[in-house]
Amino acid sequence: MSENKQQRALLMPERALRLNGPSLEIVQRCDGKHTVQQIISELQQIYSKAEPKKVETDILGYLTLLHEQRALDFDS
Amino acid sequence: MTTMANPLALIAELTHRCPLHCVYCSNPLELQNRANELTTATWTRIFQEAAQAGVLQADLTGGEPLARTDIIELVRAARTAGLYVNLITSGMPLDEARLAKLIDAGLDHLQLSFQGAREETANEISGTKAHAQKLRVLELLRQVRVAVTLNFVIHRANIGQIDEMLALAESSSATRVEFANVQYYGWAFANRERLLPTRPQLDRSIETLKSAQERLRGKIRVEYVAPDYYAKYPKPCMGGWGRKLMLITPTGDALPCHAAQIIPGLHFENIKDRSLREIWQNSAAFQKFRGEAWMQEPCKSCDRREQDFGGCRCQALLLAGDASATDPVCSLAPTRGKADAILAAVNKPSVVETLTSPDWLYRPNPSS
Repeated sequence: MSENKQQRALLMPERALRLNGPSLEIVQRCDGKHTVQQIISELQQIYSKAEPKKVETDILGYLTLLHEQRALDFDS
Repeated sequence: MTTMANPLALIAELTHRCPLHCVYCSNPLELQNRANELTTATWTRIFQEAAQAGVLQADLTGGEPLARTDIIELVRAARTAGLYVNLITSGMPLDEARLAKLIDAGLDHLQLSFQGAREETANEISGTKAHAQKLRVLELLRQVRVAVTLNFVIHRANIGQIDEMLALAESSSATRVEFANVQYYGWAFANRERLLPTRPQLDRSIETLKSAQERLRGKIRVEYVAPDYYAKYPKPCMGGWGRKLMLITPTGDALPCHAAQIIPGLHFENIKDRSLREIWQNSAAFQKFRGEAWMQEPCKSCDRREQDFGGCRCQALLLAGDASATDPVCSLAPTRGKADAILAAVNKPSVVETLTSPDWLYRPNPSS
């Protein structure tokens, strides 16, 4: 991750993904310690006004995107 | 005046020295020698100024960046400045100890170039015996923690080897593989009639790569750069002139792209004289093709002008003789016939998809 003034970004070869709000909350938890389920539970608490199922779907979609960009691997 | 965004990436051409002599090298025809190269201290300042100006990534390239004896210090300087550090290398002067030092200095990503999947093709194109060393580097890369891209530059003589190239990528630790068709400037422009693939070759390669993208999803990012002579619309060259990228040459000239020095009448400022931010914001060369005021028809009123920015200025110069013209590869360009004439020559029935040519113009190593 890079911090340049106001904007944070996830850097990878030939790409930079802007991180803000939920995407930043997700990436900060991709630390090799959190399970996917823990990330979902924690964000459901932070975004408690949102429909929990919607939060889960969005997180899984974002993790899949990061995986396909090869920025992230899942431990089995 | 157009609104100006930050530069996002810095292409640092550390040197023109290179053990390879690739016939499509993106360096200019006039190569600079070692005596004129920027010092470690100047590059360090450039990386700091780049990060302050909003740059996120530094591409350390050349020539061969490992030809710089201070490469470890340069990687560390770029990383310390807060940049994501990419090393774009032939892998020639690289062994286990040096790789460990590069990673310790903060290297994030190593892009290893290949000239083919077969030794014979690769050595012919690079004008040297390099392929076996690259395979050794692939083995070294398995042992370390760094992002790896394999880069295959694609042309008529190796476009039929894409399956073998994919197999090489799959057997390595790479998470990204780039199939970049040659872009026709400089050395490649001189060799273009022997490098451009034929239409059937191109169609087959696209089919192969599409299915590879599906098959390797989640394992390897497969990326493809088309040969734009065959395209319907031009590429948004460099993401638009002076919009995203700054390139610094080995001697410190600040350019909007690799080839910009071929455009007559442009004066490029040198980083030894002014700060990176000043050059980005104010230099006449960076301003020249920003925004839309410079555009001619059909670009001026085209719906796509904010997508492709009129295409490539250098290609407009090379093919249409006017750097302000619509990129001649565009199907709407009045000069599209220039690109079509080249394609017609390449697609004549007599053209054979062979490799050996006595006529290659090899890029030399600049004298040191």
